[in-house]
Amino acid sequence: MNIGRRHTTKAFPWRRSLWIASLLTPALVVMVLFVLWPLLSAFRLAFYEFNGLQPIGFIGFENFRKVLFEQPYSDWTFNALKHNIIAFVALMVFENGTAFLLAYALLKALPGHRIHQVIVFLPVVLSAVIVGFLWKLFLHPLFGLVNQTLALVGIGAIPWLGNEHTALGSVLFANVWHWLGFPTLVLLAGMQRVSKEVIEAARLDGAGDYVLMTRIIWPLIAPSVTIVTILTFIGSFNWFEIPYVMAGLTGSPGGATDVLGLYFYRTAFGSTTTGIQDFGQGSALAVMMFIIVAGVTAIALRYLRRREIEL
Amino acid sequence: MSRRRIGLALAAASFAWGLAASVAHATDISFWTWRQEDKAAYNELFADFTKANPDIHVKFESFPDENYPTIVSTALAAGKGGDVIHTHAYGWLEQFVKAGYFEPQDLTTVPSLANQPADALVAGTYRADKKVYSLPFASQTLGLFINKDVFAKTGLTPPTTWDEFITVSKALKDKGIYPLANGMGTSWFNEMFVAIFTNPFLGQDFVSDLTSGKTTFKDPRYVAALGKLLELRDYMPPGFEGIDYDTAGQLFISGKAAMLAGGSFDIASYRTQNPAINMDFVAPPMAKAGDTPQATKFFDGGYAVNAKSANKEAALKLVNWMGTKEFGDKFSALLGNISPIKGVVIKDELLAHVAKLNETAMPHINVVYFRFEKPTGSELLQGDITKMMSGSITPDQLAADLTSGLAKWYKPFQGK
Repeated sequence: MNIGRRHTTKAFPWRRSLWIASLLTPALVVMVLFVLWPLLSAFRLAFYEFNGLQPIGFIGFENFRKVLFEQPYSDWTFNALKHNIIAFVALMVFENGTAFLLAYALLKALPGHRIHQVIVFLPVVLSAVIVGFLWKLFLHPLFGLVNQTLALVGIGAIPWLGNEHTALGSVLFANVWHWLGFPTLVLLAGMQRVSKEVIEAARLDGAGDYVLMTRIIWPLIAPSVTIVTILTFIGSFNWFEIPYVMAGLTGSPGGATDVLGLYFYRTAFGSTTTGIQDFGQGSALAVMMFIIVAGVTAIALRYLRRREIEL
Repeated sequence: MSRRRIGLALAAASFAWGLAASVAHATDISFWTWRQEDKAAYNELFADFTKANPDIHVKFESFPDENYPTIVSTALAAGKGGDVIHTHAYGWLEQFVKAGYFEPQDLTTVPSLANQPADALVAGTYRADKKVYSLPFASQTLGLFINKDVFAKTGLTPPTTWDEFITVSKALKDKGIYPLANGMGTSWFNEMFVAIFTNPFLGQDFVSDLTSGKTTFKDPRYVAALGKLLELRDYMPPGFEGIDYDTAGQLFISGKAAMLAGGSFDIASYRTQNPAINMDFVAPPMAKAGDTPQATKFFDGGYAVNAKSANKEAALKLVNWMGTKEFGDKFSALLGNISPIKGVVIKDELLAHVAKLNETAMPHINVVYFRFEKPTGSELLQGDITKMMSGSITPDQLAADLTSGLAKWYKPFQGK
């Protein structure tokens, strides 16, 4: 028996390797074709000058210099980047903050909590295009539900999406409405994993809801918070669909809702009504977005994982 | 099987063989466009073409407007794409020509180019080699839609000068009617809005000075014309900053608004949406009485032949046919567009009136002259105009931004 087994593994190691390779190959091919190759192409194109739609020569970091230091491109880049950062902070505070409170309320299993759980999660299953379109209608200055309601208390037509000061907030609000259910569910799952004995013990020691949330639940759901934070960061810096549907490719009004995703798309692929395509500058923007997302995610993960252990 | 049956079977087989052979010899070509809504009209036009050229069949293929440049450039880069491509004009076309994607057209390959007026041909010509790459298909006119029923009901007369426009607008507002339906919620149209109302204050001299390098957008004439736009805010619907061009169209055709700054490209659509509408399309208000009425005109695009087409001969034949009077007459009648082809008869009264406006119209400055390099005039203007209308920047700032942005590639503006 022993000899036989040794004989099998020694004589046919290639069979096992072949088996593993056959399992890995399809996924690897898909990854190389649809992830690695486009990524490397974007890296390559970012260093080329384009004449019309054809690369005509290697220009080093010129495309990066333009989008980062030459006006008006640099203004547009930093304006878009600023909105991505605002989106991340706002979503962390309002979306994930509300999600934490909602998850805690759902954890307490108050009457009707099951139906509330469904209601909170329902918008997540809708397409971003539908949500954007729906909120665009709700926020219409003349016929929208929001202004019609405000008119009942004497407030005049507010151009939510047309005013520089309210446009980004309105788009963010639609995003929160759309995605709120997701962090709620992740945090709720984390809270449900917290041992009942720990909560009971805290209660017996006289801990109220505030103390329970901040001193017991919050530290113990650190892994869920890590996931939610990282996904919010990635989502904020790849944000495209809802701003595109609600504010258009130009991030109107006057760039007030422009984000890196829109600016990249506009630069690389142009628009029928604004101008021409520049794959070089577009690729430079894409590479920058990749570096920001991958770099910050890697650093944040390291920090948040360490925090999980400390807590 | 009897001999008779065998004979019949052989006859049927030879008939089928012959039919298959004739079908095999026919050339199928495709026409790519962003005009999804024009499918029925184009199919009717292509049926006429096939009647005259039975060996060529044309397939209409349309793509969403917003993604059209991406789809076309990706396909052409891969050596694919339609045989005949519907293109936009000026700078949009130039980037495709630079990449070598389109076949040049001349009087040998496309004799019907001779039917095109000079200003139309500019829209399809590559500036560097002066060759035509896209046969122009329609001119578009920007001006003022007038809801005649609203004016009749209120006993007011449509304005022709700026002062009349303000007086009439005040009267309309007092009667609870939105004088001007437009808002600032659609970026691409905002640029048209600027052209419509500023051109009568600028005049042809300004265009000559601008294109010859004598002046820039910082010219006091341009800044003053921009300042006039601010006066319009009082006569636009409440919350106008967020009202898009589609909503403005609805306000106009439903009679809630009396006037709409718009394009002749919407005449057919407004008639379809409200067949009872009694409307006119006039030149926007003149600076003062006695001035020449000045609408704004530009050429929308054209028909180009894919340089990699396997059926180049058939494609050129189709494009040539699309430059004939026969095509132009039917095109204008079916699509309510003004064909630039010489001698085309426009039977529709309103459309004929628009064609008349074209005779004294100004060019759409940004589209015709400043969409060739990055940053385009359109990008710069569309970004700033909403800020100016909401009061966060002044007309001077907009003019300075436009000039300095364009100076990146437009040499006459450099150092000014």
